[in-house]
Amino acid sequence: MSISTPDIIDLLAGVKPGSVLDRVRAQRPQTREQSQKSYLALFQPSASGDASLEERHVVASFVAGLHRYSDAFEFYAAPLEDQTDEGRLLETLKAEIGAAQAVGPYGHHPGGPLTAEDKPGSTYRVSDAGREALGPRLAAALEHAHLLVFHPRDANPRALQALFDAGWTTTGVVTLSQLISFVAFQVRVIAGLAVLASATKRAVA
Amino acid sequence: MAENIIAVPVQNPPAVFTQEEIGWTPWIEPLSEGELTERHYAGLVEEARAKSAYFRLLVRDPEVLEARTKLDKDVFYNTRTGLPRVERELAATAASRFNGCIYCASVHSRLAAHHSRRKQDVQRLLDDGSEADLGERWNALVAASVALTATPPVFDNSHVERLSAAGLDELEIADVIHGAAFFNWANRLMLSLGEPTPAQ
Repeated sequence: MSISTPDIIDLLAGVKPGSVLDRVRAQRPQTREQSQKSYLALFQPSASGDASLEERHVVASFVAGLHRYSDAFEFYAAPLEDQTDEGRLLETLKAEIGAAQAVGPYGHHPGGPLTAEDKPGSTYRVSDAGREALGPRLAAALEHAHLLVFHPRDANPRALQALFDAGWTTTGVVTLSQLISFVAFQVRVIAGLAVLASATKRAVA
Repeated sequence: MAENIIAVPVQNPPAVFTQEEIGWTPWIEPLSEGELTERHYAGLVEEARAKSAYFRLLVRDPEVLEARTKLDKDVFYNTRTGLPRVERELAATAASRFNGCIYCASVHSRLAAHHSRRKQDVQRLLDDGSEADLGERWNALVAASVALTATPPVFDNSHVERLSAAGLDELEIADVIHGAAFFNWANRLMLSLGEPTPAQ
């Protein structure tokens, strides 16, 4: 584990050393450490295996963008700025995020009394231009990320077969699913702690 | 050549939220117990988890699973200080109910009911969702968990104030945030990598 990597949740939630929130987090050292280790396992893995580091950052940026969380988007997209493609990948990503916005969770429940609670919503498909710029693996990954972020209860085996058909392996699908779901967790901890931090500041003032 | 899913149709799948002991079956191939190495067992954290198809699937990426499992245990079981276990399970149940994860909701509603001895209240949360009236403290917990589960999240200062008025301190509110946030991770895995099967 790299000592130079800052704690990402502290960084993005604005937890300052010595603040009330810093003391709250210090009472859960294992939660703090394992949240960070989850991040490191996904973005600085000992071997990138079946999902490249670039793919990981593209998908994480997309997931952060779907949560309309610009700081997290910029954090995950930063390594993509070093690309030699004159910013084409980032521009594509931003356009896809713009086209993919929604409010969740929506989707269908299994047949039965819960169908009364079904909430319709769109199934996102990457644009033709986006598909060309991203390639089939990333296009399939972004479509899957949108499903998991906004309407996970619509998930079905065909969605996983689509990933396989685009070139993902079973282990790659596990890593991809963990990554999307981890970022969904992480942005909520950051959002929640940031609200709590501002509330405690007001209480002290 | 592309790999293939292993999904087979489930007969009589659970179609309502329940506290019963339902099962879960994966749509893609887990490792077999015979394939597990020491690194995989380290990722599983507890040897007993090798019996679960869900964990044998996730252990294909042992590094992530190890950190996630240790995080899970701290968020839910480290109750020497902070929010009581039952209310962490309630946050997990509320998030799972809102996202629509019947399997996750079954496990954590059962735990919430067991630790609170309020089985009927927990069932009202399963039946009626976040509209259920469970008393102000539980209502505040459920409302906060649901607000954080919305995408994008709509958790704001009013939720903190309501939890605070219900008697929760900062550490306890942070525990609610972590309990609900963690299930936004778990629900997505359970919903997208397989499906629930009926109680035996």
